[in-house]
Amino acid sequence: MDFLRPASWAEALAVKAERPDAVPIAGGTDVMVELNFDHRRPPALLDLTRVAELAEWSERDGRVRLGAGVPYARIIAELGDRLPGLATAARTVGSPQIRNRGTVGGNLGAASPAGDAHPVLLATDAVVEVASTRGVRTVPAAEFYRGVKRNALEPDELIAAVHLDVARGPQQFAKVGTRNAMVIAVCAFGLALHPDRRRVGTGIGSAAPTPVRAPAAEDFLSAELTDAGLWASRRPLPDAVRRRFGELVAEAASPIDDVRGSAAYRRHALAVLARRTLGWAWDEYREGGWSACA
Amino acid sequence: MTQRTSPERGVREPTTTAAAAATAVTGGIGDSARRPDGTLKVRGEFAYSSDLWHEDMLWGATLRSPHPYARILSVDLTEALRTPGVHAVLTHEDVPGENIYGLEHADQPVLAVDVVRYQGEPVAVVAADHPETAQRAAKRIRVEYEPLEPVTDMVAAARGEGPPLHPDGNVVRHLRIRKGDAEATADVMVVGEYEVGMQDQAFLGPESGLAVPAEDGGVDLYVATQWLHVDQRQVARALGLPLAKVRLTLAGVGGAFGGREDLSMQVHACMLALRTGRPVKMVYNRQESFFGHVHRHPAKIYYEHGATRDGDLVYVRAKIYLDGGAYASSTTAVVANAATLGVGPYTVDNVAIDCWGVYTNNPPCGAMRGFGAVQAAFGYESQMDELARRLGVDPVELRIRNAIAEGDTMPTGQLVDSAAPVAELLRRVKNLPLPPAVRTEPVDVRELPGGVSNTTHGEGVVRGVGYGVGIKNVCFSEGFDDYSTARLRLQVIGGEATALIHTAAAEIGQGLVTIKQQIVRSELGVERVTVQPMDTSVGNGGSTSASRQTYMTGGAVRQVCHTVRERVLRMAGRRVGRAPDGLALAGGKVVDARGEVVADLAEVLGDEAVEATEVYRHRPTHRVDPERGQGNAHVQYAFAAHRAVVDVDVELGLVRVVQLDCAQDVGRAVNPQAVLGQIHGGSAQGLGLAVMEEIQVVDGRVRNPSFTDYLIPTILDMPPMTVDVLELADPHAPYGLRGVGEPPTISSTPAIVAAIRAATGRALNRVPVRPEHITGT
Repeated sequence: MDFLRPASWAEALAVKAERPDAVPIAGGTDVMVELNFDHRRPPALLDLTRVAELAEWSERDGRVRLGAGVPYARIIAELGDRLPGLATAARTVGSPQIRNRGTVGGNLGAASPAGDAHPVLLATDAVVEVASTRGVRTVPAAEFYRGVKRNALEPDELIAAVHLDVARGPQQFAKVGTRNAMVIAVCAFGLALHPDRRRVGTGIGSAAPTPVRAPAAEDFLSAELTDAGLWASRRPLPDAVRRRFGELVAEAASPIDDVRGSAAYRRHALAVLARRTLGWAWDEYREGGWSACA
Repeated sequence: MTQRTSPERGVREPTTTAAAAATAVTGGIGDSARRPDGTLKVRGEFAYSSDLWHEDMLWGATLRSPHPYARILSVDLTEALRTPGVHAVLTHEDVPGENIYGLEHADQPVLAVDVVRYQGEPVAVVAADHPETAQRAAKRIRVEYEPLEPVTDMVAAARGEGPPLHPDGNVVRHLRIRKGDAEATADVMVVGEYEVGMQDQAFLGPESGLAVPAEDGGVDLYVATQWLHVDQRQVARALGLPLAKVRLTLAGVGGAFGGREDLSMQVHACMLALRTGRPVKMVYNRQESFFGHVHRHPAKIYYEHGATRDGDLVYVRAKIYLDGGAYASSTTAVVANAATLGVGPYTVDNVAIDCWGVYTNNPPCGAMRGFGAVQAAFGYESQMDELARRLGVDPVELRIRNAIAEGDTMPTGQLVDSAAPVAELLRRVKNLPLPPAVRTEPVDVRELPGGVSNTTHGEGVVRGVGYGVGIKNVCFSEGFDDYSTARLRLQVIGGEATALIHTAAAEIGQGLVTIKQQIVRSELGVERVTVQPMDTSVGNGGSTSASRQTYMTGGAVRQVCHTVRERVLRMAGRRVGRAPDGLALAGGKVVDARGEVVADLAEVLGDEAVEATEVYRHRPTHRVDPERGQGNAHVQYAFAAHRAVVDVDVELGLVRVVQLDCAQDVGRAVNPQAVLGQIHGGSAQGLGLAVMEEIQVVDGRVRNPSFTDYLIPTILDMPPMTVDVLELADPHAPYGLRGVGEPPTISSTPAIVAAIRAATGRALNRVPVRPEHITGT
């Protein structure tokens, strides 16, 4: 196995173009497990840890460009105010050691339905910036996941960054696991309220072959909030709305029975998580600080 | 006489009294002496068996069966042997001696012959110059299997249904306990069915060792194990070598909990080393480890409890099924524990228990902390709670009312002839302060069910409290010739009297190395005690299991100290012209009955080394009779009680154990800190079984052989504990001590499940309790 260590982004793209069979590795928290379990034996590993620009983030015009190699620990420490949903998800990733190594780029590269970052990326309409020697293109997160552990990357492409809006409304993330820390998701849910656009974003993890949105739930809730004038009035949400939202989220999932939980439990738990996170997000919205219109 | 003093080491002046001198020996019995290996382990510098290294060594790998049950039609090694870097590929045909081993019954092949009986059974082994090469070569071995329908139902196996997997059928042992009136009736009857899932020891250091071929045609094996001499016997038999040519040394053990009682890579590495003439190292990875050792027997348990309206137990009837998997391992002894301890720490006049341990094509099961007592306790404690509910009485009061005590008899007829403070333990644990009932805002999610996963901010959270108490036998039972050996050498090294203590008893992390030092310090009054490496050049130390090593090897160390002390005092007596009777050792000195120093120990020893070896045996036990299960089967009983306080998110089925407190009688806390460590660890392991730990097996196949999906508790799952330690001396045991390691594992599981029941109102008759069981989805 070749271990390729480009020192710059340009070099990394050149290497990937030359060796499309090379598997990129950043924190290694997914790739090394695959290697250790002998699930794959790639002819080459492409180590991206020496590419300094991947580990940087920047903010411009209310948008964050998050380098693919920024570890979760830094997202928690440096971006909790701008990207509260992603930071909440980051706090649930593995152990401190894993959070020091693991990256959003890695989550996207692995494209596991259980990746903790995905539900928030979907809920916040994140856009993935991918690159090759042929150029740069962007792919909305919702179009990035193509199947179980498959993504939209071409063989010569690498993930450069993720673009997300600085939060303009409350964001939440919750995940069910059968341990109180360091646990892989049985199911997970991400929620973003976008009062500026009078929309709601959702993302479901570990309850379908890929991370998915719950469009019917988004439409339902966006309409309820708008039609009843709740964005402006900030009145409490009727219980019936929260419950219906939960049901619609559960209906958007297509879970299976597996070693971590039953399909029925996942649907049930998603409804509970959706209802609760909506309650927390709406309470936060009502308490103010977020403007109702852009 | 010249008095050597060494100011920097604080040796006292000649006028020192014995009492003062004794206190000068720090780190004796009753002190929380520091572990000699503690600093290394904390710093990550301790060498575990997986760290072993030898110049010129090869790496071994194992090819395992993918099928739970299959005939082997053919094995083709051609491609594996052609792999560059491969030095040997061996099958059952290459086993030099008898291709059979086992702890209690020799029924397991070193390498499979014609048939495989469980998923993961070793079929061939490879040695290569790189571990990856060995793994790849193993995959190139072509094995043609004819899969067979696996036997997977333990109850059907006990009934004799299905094909026999071994010549004598699928019942490894059926034990009957009968006491009193089989037809007894009672005012109130409670019937329950319970299931215990397959728990794994989940020791952190995987199976590993290094076999080095020796010039005499034998082999030196450095390995992480729980019992060097039983390994030696089995390895020698499989290699066709005399015992003297198979020498074992204990390598650094990264936990065991019963999972290292059976052989794993021992014979394989030795075969490869002897064949290649090169040292061979084998290290399992985590996935292989799940197939490389036995697990806790899963159980199906049927109980019927009868009681008077006042709450006196009238009868207990039980059928207990234990799935031993493909090979017997220690199933017969696990059956004995589950049956003989099957009513729990209660007095009952009328008992009828039937317990079966069976063969199936599920993963082999054997020893794990609690060993049969864990499975039964989940059943009988659940029954006691249900009985209390039916009678409308407090569950602790019901237990106290029926609690066994010193002077009572067990269902086997055995007299409980030392302290059995079951009622006291329950009272104590009940009287410990409860946590504040109301959570104060703002809530830290880490303190709630779901923890950092942010699933609740208090919604759906209900608190519950539950109790559990258990009983465990200490040491080996049923007539087993259980002993331990200790060799002690006392000599002057660097001007200071120094003791070298040598045993074969395995240190597996529990702290026996410290205990040995403490006993020698107290008995001989010397500070410097060196623990020699544990190996088979000294006599059998017995197994590090059954909570027995402080009792047994501690007993042997005490005995050999007494022998050496006697000789030294005779030497001292001759030297100073006094009778040795009135002399004693303290603070590195020989003192008289008034505590006056009469000689310096180093002076008495001079250039001479005083050495002795002693064997210690506990009092004899007996097999129970086959008809009614009566007899003095056990050496000592040990008891612990827990109270668990849990917060349950009843909508999501997630649990946070808020408080888990324990009261336990340890007879004598030889090392109080180590005692607490055992109780903390045992309680955590019981917590794991209560809410998360299970090897999921479907049709004989393991679905979750990884730490991603086999979950063990983290620091956010296990609360800090209050532990109330009683020291009620057992007159039959060295220093009055009582085994500590297993009891806390037994009672914590039922206490936690009782608390979850209290919070949810669910019946919960299976452990581990999964979220689905609580939500009903």
